[in-house]
Amino acid sequence: MNNILQKVTTFLVVLVLPALVLYATVHFGNKRGTPEKIEYQNRADIDKKVDHSEFEILQQEFTRPQDLTAACLSCHNKRDDELMASAHWKWERETTLPNGRGTVTIGKKNLINNFCMAAEGNNGSCMRCHIGYGWEDKDFDFEDPTNIDCLVCHDNTNTYKKRKGGAGMPATAENATKEFPVPDYSYVAQNVGKPLKENCGFCHFHGGGGNNVKHGDLEEAMLNCNRYVDVHMAKEGQDMSCNDCHLTERHNITGRAYSVSAENNNRAYCETCHTDTPHNDRVIDMHNHKVACQTCHIPVYAKANPTVMYWDWSVAGQRDANGNPRTEYDVNHKYSYLSIKGRFVWDDHVKPEYFWFNGTADHYLYEDTISEIPVKINELMGDYSDPESKIWPVKVHRGKQAYDVVNKYLANMKVFAEGPGQGAFWEDLEFDTAIQLGMAYVGREYSGQYDFVETVAYWPLNHQVSPKEMTLQCTDCHTRSEEGRLANLTGFYLPGRDYAKGVDYTGFAIIIISLLGVIVHSIMRLMARPKH
Amino acid sequence: MEKIKIFSRFERFWHWTQMATVILLTLTGFEIHGNYSLFGFETSVRLHNAAAITFIILGVITIFWLIVTGQYKNFIPTREKFKEQIQYYTSGIFKGAAHPTKKSFGNKLNPLQRVIYLGLLILIFPVQTFTGLLYMYYHYPQNPIDANGLWFAVITHTFGAFLMVAFVIVHVYMTTTGHRLSTNIKAMISGYEEEPVEENKTENQPA
Repeated sequence: MNNILQKVTTFLVVLVLPALVLYATVHFGNKRGTPEKIEYQNRADIDKKVDHSEFEILQQEFTRPQDLTAACLSCHNKRDDELMASAHWKWERETTLPNGRGTVTIGKKNLINNFCMAAEGNNGSCMRCHIGYGWEDKDFDFEDPTNIDCLVCHDNTNTYKKRKGGAGMPATAENATKEFPVPDYSYVAQNVGKPLKENCGFCHFHGGGGNNVKHGDLEEAMLNCNRYVDVHMAKEGQDMSCNDCHLTERHNITGRAYSVSAENNNRAYCETCHTDTPHNDRVIDMHNHKVACQTCHIPVYAKANPTVMYWDWSVAGQRDANGNPRTEYDVNHKYSYLSIKGRFVWDDHVKPEYFWFNGTADHYLYEDTISEIPVKINELMGDYSDPESKIWPVKVHRGKQAYDVVNKYLANMKVFAEGPGQGAFWEDLEFDTAIQLGMAYVGREYSGQYDFVETVAYWPLNHQVSPKEMTLQCTDCHTRSEEGRLANLTGFYLPGRDYAKGVDYTGFAIIIISLLGVIVHSIMRLMARPKH
Repeated sequence: MEKIKIFSRFERFWHWTQMATVILLTLTGFEIHGNYSLFGFETSVRLHNAAAITFIILGVITIFWLIVTGQYKNFIPTREKFKEQIQYYTSGIFKGAAHPTKKSFGNKLNPLQRVIYLGLLILIFPVQTFTGLLYMYYHYPQNPIDANGLWFAVITHTFGAFLMVAFVIVHVYMTTTGHRLSTNIKAMISGYEEEPVEENKTENQPA
């Protein structure tokens, strides 16, 4: 009896209880939390729209768009003050640069980029995306509120378009074409509302001279896409608009594009809706301390149409046998060479590059001399030891563009003019004249000697969020493979990727020595075994 | 042969539960370290974290038990028969010599075991626990103390893991050095060890 009891006890303490503990550990340990479900109602579905067609003032025939703006402001007074203080109007803002580089007034207007290089001096083409009417040159009146183009953002008919080459003016009777007719102002005015994707996209999809050239994660396909391309904007999904995330109060739109912004403020955050513990799972949520949501949730970008990864101006200007500009196409039928622009490399389904980023960025300014190659058009600040910094997915756009050899700075270039003979590169294919005119327009000295230098620009990714089934998995980063997403982001210990060679080699040596010792010892015991 | 009680019920439970936990920690730990794929990285992380908690709870209970029962005394090193024990493992064992230390409930460990196990208890376990907890909970390694990306903590943790594996190898082998190959393991299961009685002992003396 005693013996049986003893056996039962033994069975319990050496097998059943330890097995139970192990089972509980595995059972409770290996549970993944269920993500929080966000209930969200699109802003467009909440706010009741005012019926603008009932306002008499809008029932007139407008001949000048400026008159329409005056009509808008007669009810919406003081809104012009908000707009005229915005970067959408000024194309610059006062901002403090990191690295103690002081406070400067910078923006689209006066920053050099590595696409078409600079907006200033190319107003006809570039300022088409300005929210004003006809910023053709330095004489544009920034103080006149009727110069504000209300329609480009608030047209809900999708019929209002600014003419190509018109510096932001829509077509008039004199220059109307089939593609860009004179807008039906009365019809548009009676159908205004909150901005639609189409309104924002008109400019933000087409930066750099074509769909998805610049951003890589903002493009036409998102007007009508599936969940794979963008889980927020998908037609069959929530079908959100830009301003559902880019919350706006009094024409102050949240969100920062670090191609022009420098400060960590007024940003749009995933966390606003999703909280900073959206997975409801400790192991995954704690990544948010050091990893931006975007890093795992935007595994690839340019998912519907390709984006430009490389733009080499140095080979632009070639003419064919007949002396005409020529064009080459790549396998995806995207232009790979244009005489007016140079050589292009496009790519789609691009894996981002990853950097520490704390929400501040430095920028190349007109007066900066070139101190390193490639020249950084902008630089995302941050590193592992900075608590504000997170790992961020970035589109890196590389290029080769003109610089002044003597003054050692990047050059402005006049690329656009309405017609040949005015020294614009896109018309005349002459670098020297184009640079001279470009530099003169902004009052920078040009030595007369130019060459080309490699440049690099960093565009943090925020859009084209993938469905959760397609996010990055642990071993996309936690791997020793050279292909690991974070293989190049060193300077901190990443489990699964990093190890100290000395420690590992010593450790394995200790294990091998232990094994050998055990083997030798047991062999010796076997040999010495007394034979009976 | 006589049956001597060596291990209490709690000690046996402690031992086998700890064995299971340590094996789980080792298998998952080296997967996280990038040495192989077994459970999958995510599962390994979750199991490693869970096993760590189990290990700590078991440790706390055990420390309490060791203190209130006075059994901690088994781990206090002694010089007595230290040399003899080394001589036994390096030569006596090959000649069929008798164990220099006689086991009992109050003296379960020979002098070598005492040193090794004490090292395990006061060095490896606490260091592994401390560095592991740092990694689980110290998410801003610059503030307030700059831990340099926890580099030192993880390196120490890794080295501790290698030592642990080496310990397990030698430890498992040593179980075969009892009176019979299975004597020690049987003791850890049943709690009783079959020790040879005095007259057998003389038989085993070298001629």
